[in-house]
Amino acid sequence: MPRYFTDEHEWIDVEDDLATVGITDYAQGQLGDIVFVELPAPGTAVEKGKDAAVVESVKAASDVYAPITGEVTEANPALEEDPALVNTSPEEDGWFFKMTVADPSELEGLMDEASYQEFVAKL
Amino acid sequence: MDSDEPLPLDPLPLDSWHRAQGARMVPFAGYEMPIQYEGIVAEHTWTREHAGLFDVSHMGQLLLSGEGLDAALEAILPIDLSTLKVGQQRYSLLLDENGGVLDDLMVSRWPDALYLVVNGATKWDDIATLREHLPDEITLQHLDEQALLALQGPKAADALARHVTGEHPLSALTFMKFGRYTLAGHAVTIARAGYTGEDGFEISLPASAAEDIATLLCGEPEVKPIGLGARDSLRLEAGLPLYGHDLSPETSPVEAGLVFGINKRRRTEGGFPGAGRINREIAEGTARKWVGLKIEGRLPAREGAEVFAGADLVGTVTSGGFSPTLGQPIAMAYVASAQAAPGTLLEVEVRGRRLAATVSPTPFVPHRYYRGS
Repeated sequence: MPRYFTDEHEWIDVEDDLATVGITDYAQGQLGDIVFVELPAPGTAVEKGKDAAVVESVKAASDVYAPITGEVTEANPALEEDPALVNTSPEEDGWFFKMTVADPSELEGLMDEASYQEFVAKL
Repeated sequence: MDSDEPLPLDPLPLDSWHRAQGARMVPFAGYEMPIQYEGIVAEHTWTREHAGLFDVSHMGQLLLSGEGLDAALEAILPIDLSTLKVGQQRYSLLLDENGGVLDDLMVSRWPDALYLVVNGATKWDDIATLREHLPDEITLQHLDEQALLALQGPKAADALARHVTGEHPLSALTFMKFGRYTLAGHAVTIARAGYTGEDGFEISLPASAAEDIATLLCGEPEVKPIGLGARDSLRLEAGLPLYGHDLSPETSPVEAGLVFGINKRRRTEGGFPGAGRINREIAEGTARKWVGLKIEGRLPAREGAEVFAGADLVGTVTSGGFSPTLGQPIAMAYVASAQAAPGTLLEVEVRGRRLAATVSPTPFVPHRYYRGS
């Protein structure tokens, strides 16, 4: 299952026409202690590069963008109870939402793991 | 907490020390400052349980001296200097002609001078305002070769006492008193005060000694360095205002609940900027008040969020965040005085969502100042 990364520090796993989205370990480290995650409801249409979720840390609110265009099919119910999962397991249990892949060609502009690590190393 | 100043950022005396401790640095008040080291919640909790060292060297330290100083400063600040004795510190306010707040500050009496600590972001304007209104006989020194460190928390006194000698033992220094001490061979002044609600100290020391002293204090088992992020969450829990957010030229100290900063004699005598409005508000009340809000759920309401009573817009949040101690969102807001009583049920709007909020007494977390054993 290929994993792609955006320069806004989201990751996206794609399996056929369904994708899972979250934020990277680097992103959670920058945000600090996360106290609330506002997720899009199933059925919400999201657009590549546009707001899809909001992460509230102790310090501030930060937008999370949709890495691709599609429709949200499921929001991670675990984050409602335990938003700190985003800190402890950002790239596994702390996933944000699942969505459809409206246009697979949008994935082509995203980074793979190695390119993303290179990108982060320069920040 | 953010600063929009486009000016080049100056490094503080401890800049490289902060980086060596793993701090993430951000622009604040014209300087690069540490926002956090290990994480805001861990640093917050450490300070509430042990002791935290805060670098507040961005703040302005001013020394005023000269013939007729008390009368000259009383013409600018609503303070009663006749009751401020050597070794005492007091909170005061710099007001404009309309009674709006230009800054909040601390005034201490030294044997032959008055020592002021003002906010970092406003210090240059404050110096200009003071210089404009003070007569030529008064000397205003900006002590920009001094650093300022705050050591805060229930274990602060234990840690500091191991390293200071002075005219009085540290235990004789009660809340809002200050004295001269020797700390690791350096001459310093120490005030028992701070911005966390905990017992603690503010230490003015030569900038050249800042690294030595920060290293020494953080070598104590009770002490860790703490960043601006936890400084903000600690002061919010303590119900203390932050200039530029909770206080501004558009707010009066009376609606902010800072009447204690207008000393009693000055309320009757006046003779300070904005006295007409301030003393009228003290007598008649204000249309709005600055209150604490406890918010249901986990979603914090931030500065700018609107406050409603039913369909009516009744106020605005000026500071808000998540309280690590209480485990829930808290905020400070100006609300209509009719809605300001503790227990009043209101709503705060965040991204189109209405959150239940209750007007709560402040501080949210009780102050634990040291007033003597």
